[in-house]
Amino acid sequence: MNGMFAVFKRELASYFTTPVAYVFIVIFLIVANAFTFYLGNFYERGQADLASFFTFHPWLFLFLVPALSMRLWAEERKSGSIELLMTLPIRPWQSVLGKFMAAWAFTALAVALTFPIWITVNYLGNPDNGVILAAYLGSILMAGGFLAVGSCISAITKNQVIAFIISVVVSLALLLAGLPLVLDVFSGWAPQAIVDTIASLSFLTHFDSISKGVIDVRDLVYFGLLIGFALYANTIILELKKAD
Amino acid sequence: MSAMIDCQGLTKQYGTLLAVDDLSFKVEPGEVLGFLGPNGAGKTTTMRIVAGFLSPTAGKVRVCGYDVEAEPIEAKRRIGYLPEGAPSYPEMTPREFLGFIADARGLPAATRRQRLEEVYGMLHLERVLDQSIETLSKGYRRRVGLAQAILHDPDVLLLDEPTDGLDPNQKHEVRQLIGGMAKSKIIVISTHLLEEVDAVCTRAVVIARGKILADDTPAGLQARSRFHNAVSLRLTDPTHIRAAKAEIAALPEVESVELDERTGRLTAFPAANRVLLPPISRLAEQHGWALDELHLETGRLDEVFRTITGGASA
Repeated sequence: MNGMFAVFKRELASYFTTPVAYVFIVIFLIVANAFTFYLGNFYERGQADLASFFTFHPWLFLFLVPALSMRLWAEERKSGSIELLMTLPIRPWQSVLGKFMAAWAFTALAVALTFPIWITVNYLGNPDNGVILAAYLGSILMAGGFLAVGSCISAITKNQVIAFIISVVVSLALLLAGLPLVLDVFSGWAPQAIVDTIASLSFLTHFDSISKGVIDVRDLVYFGLLIGFALYANTIILELKKAD
Repeated sequence: MSAMIDCQGLTKQYGTLLAVDDLSFKVEPGEVLGFLGPNGAGKTTTMRIVAGFLSPTAGKVRVCGYDVEAEPIEAKRRIGYLPEGAPSYPEMTPREFLGFIADARGLPAATRRQRLEEVYGMLHLERVLDQSIETLSKGYRRRVGLAQAILHDPDVLLLDEPTDGLDPNQKHEVRQLIGGMAKSKIIVISTHLLEEVDAVCTRAVVIARGKILADDTPAGLQARSRFHNAVSLRLTDPTHIRAAKAEIAALPEVESVELDERTGRLTAFPAANRVLLPPISRLAEQHGWALDELHLETGRLDEVFRTITGGASA
């Protein structure tokens, strides 16, 4: 546990000793708000809710989260510090979890810093704050899903650009799994059960229901399992491929 | 007491390349083992296997009785490891970095601070503690790497090219540090610097192409040199050099004499088990040769190294 906490602390601190944290947070806040007001027509809709805010989160995360996760392991490989980390008395899964939790905590902080929009909507009207809280929870859970997948992919390569691109593509596929774009590839020939399974993997479907304030245990389990599975795969990859 | 490091039949294969080929050795407490070999001989691969970073294709490593594969955490607790090139986290300062290592190794809170201060002092890091590691000179980065390796006062210290890239003063300091720790632990250093083996090691293992070619004390290795117990001399007046060569070659103790035309140095090689210095100095006295230089060779490690690893430096 010591080791995992040490990795968590080091990783989280490293966001703030480099410009990564500030660039990420500023860009995230600007883009999230710009989308809400310009694309989401926050005012024009005339409704006291944050639907026009949360609806863009999956698309924001699609590009911003892989930018965070790409360095998690690729950078360790590139700089050789992975050799140091893997020869400390820390189990690989502890390092994986420590790094993931740090990245997740950081993302949660970025999402939490959008609170002015919550204040705004409360000033303008009487929104259902329970729904907003649920949507925040869903957003952070979804970010965790993206992060875990990105972390796993980052462990494969020492090239951060490759890690970024593959993470975006895989995340996009997961995001859109419920849409015809992805489903049509399978629906012609695959049995309905498989098509349904693929559709059920969609981030969008699971996020949509949470962001409407419906916290279904199945959605929580979905993100939990996804994170667990991705981090497990991450650990296996590390153990198999410690050096290059 | 059992061996602190016990390697049995270590083999590491990368595709078709056999990096380490059935290597077995033991290191006992108090030993400073120098791993010598040309670049690409398998030194780093062997160190990485012992440190638990690479899994061997075949074979077993035990460190302080713990199997590195089966009980990695117990083994790693007892090892301090300086990887090749002393990697670290460049954006951190040495203070933050060593603090992280202390946390990761679970140093008890009571001794943590004191131990950190000790290590800062031992490696003279006080001046750079709050500067990010990426802005430090190569010498300081190496020292930070060493600090990281010795922080938890390990029983086994594995140092992969600890003095690579350091200036002579820094090399001297690092070697003194290693020498100072040698009594209480076992130390394995890998190097391609022969002077280093001479300066700090009690035992030298020469490897090339993943195999052990020699395992001896540094003095024992030197004794394998054809220069061992040879006598070199230089005359003040080089015009007599050929006559002198003939005179020396005629001595019964002398097997052969070589003349280095460039430096004008004569080197006489002894016949088996004969001692050369007294007869040659007597001869010089008889003939009244004025000598610039006369000394007994102990053996040249670089020559032994070349002979043993002959042609192996790919």
